[in-house]
Order: sequence, then C-alpha cells, then structure tokens
Amino acid sequence: MSRHQLDAQNLLCPMPVIRAQDAVAKLKAGDILEVVCTDHGALQDIPAWCRINGHKVVDTRDLGREVIITIEVGQSD
Amino acid sequence: MTQPRKAAALISGGLDSLLAAKLMLDQGIHVEGINFFTGFCVEGHTHAIRSKDKHKPKRNNALWVAETLGIKLHIIDVIEPYKEVVLNPSHGYGANLNPCLDCKGFMVGKALEWVQENDFDFIVTGEVIGQRPMSQRRDTMPVIATESGAGDLLLRPLCARLLPETKPEREGWVDRERLLNLSGRNRKPQIALAREYGFEDYAQPAGGCCFLTDAAYSKKLADLWENRGEKQYDLDDIMLLKVGRHVRPNASMKLIVARDDGENNFLSGYKKRFTSLYAVSHKGPLVLLDGEADGDDLELAARLVARFGQGRDADAVNISICLKDGSTREMLISPMPVSDIPQEWYI
Repeated sequence: MSRHQLDAQNLLCPMPVIRAQDAVAKLKAGDILEVVCTDHGALQDIPAWCRINGHKVVDTRDLGREVIITIEVGQSD
Repeated sequence: MTQPRKAAALISGGLDSLLAAKLMLDQGIHVEGINFFTGFCVEGHTHAIRSKDKHKPKRNNALWVAETLGIKLHIIDVIEPYKEVVLNPSHGYGANLNPCLDCKGFMVGKALEWVQENDFDFIVTGEVIGQRPMSQRRDTMPVIATESGAGDLLLRPLCARLLPETKPEREGWVDRERLLNLSGRNRKPQIALAREYGFEDYAQPAGGCCFLTDAAYSKKLADLWENRGEKQYDLDDIMLLKVGRHVRPNASMKLIVARDDGENNFLSGYKKRFTSLYAVSHKGPLVLLDGEADGDDLELAARLVARFGQGRDADAVNISICLKDGSTREMLISPMPVSDIPQEWYI
C-alpha cells in the first residue's frame, strides 16, 4: 500500500473528478490517494464517483478554502 | 455461460441518456457510461461560482445517472481536441455558436475510440429523431454515424425502430422489438417512461447541457474572438465567459465585473493574469480588465468600477488598480453616471 497526494486546487468540477480518476487508474488496490480541492462541489462529486467505480472514501476534511478527500483504491475488474 | 455484450453509453446527465442506458441494461447488456467534458458543459460550474446558488444541493448529473443505474462512469477531458469542433465546425453553427452536428459526431467518434481500446461492442446514445433542430434529425443522424466512423455500431435505443437496423440488433445482441420508436420534441413519452421506471429528480436542463446553445454566452464568445483578432480560446477564457457582468467600452479593453461574493472569490484567482481593480473607499466588486489599458482607458475603467460599487452616488471613489506585474496604485475618481454608460457596452 502506498500513499499519494493529488493537487486539484483551483479546478472546478468535474476537473477534480477527472484528475482523481486519472490518478487512481495508475494506482493499485489498497493504495491511498489524498485529493486537495478548492471547489467544494468535489465533496459530493468525488465520493459519488468512488461509489459507482468501486473505490472507498476513507476521510473528507473541509478546511474552509480547501477540502481534502482521501480515497482508498478498490479492486479493478 | 457467455459473457454479456458490452455497450458504452454517452451519458450527458439528462433524461434521454438515462433511459437509453436503462433500456440496454434491461436487455442484459453490460453498460458503462462515458461523459465528455468539453469546457462548455453547463454542469456544475456556475453553481460552484455564484453565491446565489450555494443553498441548492450540488450534484453532477452524469454521476447521478450512473449511480441511479448502478453503472460505472468514465468522465473524459476532451477540452483540447474539442477546440477544432468549436472553431471550425464543418457543418456550421446552430442558432448560436453551437456546433451541434459536429459535436455529436466528435463525441461518438471519441466513444468509438474508447470502445475499441476497452474491448466493448457498441455505442449507445439517447438521441431521438426530431428532438434537436441540428443534430437529431432523420437526415443528420446517419451523418453522425458515418462521420464518427461508428457506422452500425451506433445504437439509439429511444428511436431505433424508426432507423435502419444496427449491428447489435442484427446480431441479436439486443432485441429490436424491445427498443422504442420515439420522435419529435414532445417529452411526454420519456417522462412517462421515467415514471414507469421510478426515476425521479432527473435533470431536464432547458436548452441542453452546453453553454454554446446559450445566446448570451455565444455573444460573449463572439466578442472575445472579434476583439482578440483571432478565433482561439483556452479553458480560462471560456470559464470567465460564464462569470460576471461583461462590459466593453472599446476594442482594447473589456471589464469582467463580479456580481456577488462567490464571483469575487473566483475572479480573485485570476489577478496574476489580468489587471484588477476594486474600490478601497467603498464596498464594491472585484473587476478584471481583459486587454491593455493605460492613461485615459485606465481612468475610464476606474470610473466604471466605481459605478458598480456602493460608492456609485459618491462624489469620489478611491480605486485600487493592480497591474499584471504586481504593481499597485490608487486613483481617486468620480463614478461614471449610469446614464453615461451606453447599453451596447454590455455584452
């Protein structure tokens, strides 16, 4: 398991979702990806994308200007 | 047991693509959604920017559709290749700067690439004959299939029975008799079908899901091209056309005036790319100046900025001007009277 961070600041949805999707595609099941966003819409969109694509959101943090969404990569099929 | 056939469904987030994908799932097809992000998508952006929309629950409708259907969704960034569609549409524009026919051909073509790379069998769209004046006509729908290269791998389940048989039907992957024969702009059949399936709260954006179908937006884009002297854009350009009040006093400068705190915050992210102005003596909007201005033009810009703030009736307003190089100066000026601002300055 490895831990990674993705800077998706100053991007409006769906770009943070696209960047997260592209980053997850390069990771292995069990890896952790922390996505840092400034569009608070990512708090809904990234978890929705994770639910339908078999990944798990293990943490979300709203720090005011930024939000951080932590994803555990699921099994690819 | 044989593996089910696999279809890539173009998911816009609207009702038609939801129903088209559902009809395929009902026939035992493995469906995954594809959603293309062109930069002009209505989805999300203004919602994320404007304060007045903050109370509304935010959702991405394409993701909602995928979750409702229980299918995967692949959101694909096509901002760069899509430029050719917007800048040089071989079939021209619609009522505004919407290149709908080229756009649909482009998207089906991209879907075909995805299908081939991912070993899928065919493509599904939510198109309905006669629903859109440019891209969804009986005579233009074959153009999309041909020009995209998809040919008979393109299935439109909502109106398939009105169209020639496609490969998925011919090969028996799907049962043509269980496909539909919808046509025209009447939405009642789709709404009834949604009710039958128990779909509620689906999106029905007026004018579709693209800013290019919007007259006001298209006018701003045309103005951008005309005054830049070239028909080009980048993502920041087209994002900024969605934000603020756009005022062009002359060919060399345009002002983008924030309308609320949300837009103030958004525009502040562009202060390094543009000259920015705001009132320091009174409350007022952040304004970006697109173009080059000095001397009289800068004073004109400052007077306009003062007019859009709470100092509009004051004798003098102190305006801070921050140039692109980071240098800042202040200018004490009298606000421009509303009656002195010609209506044609508003884009």
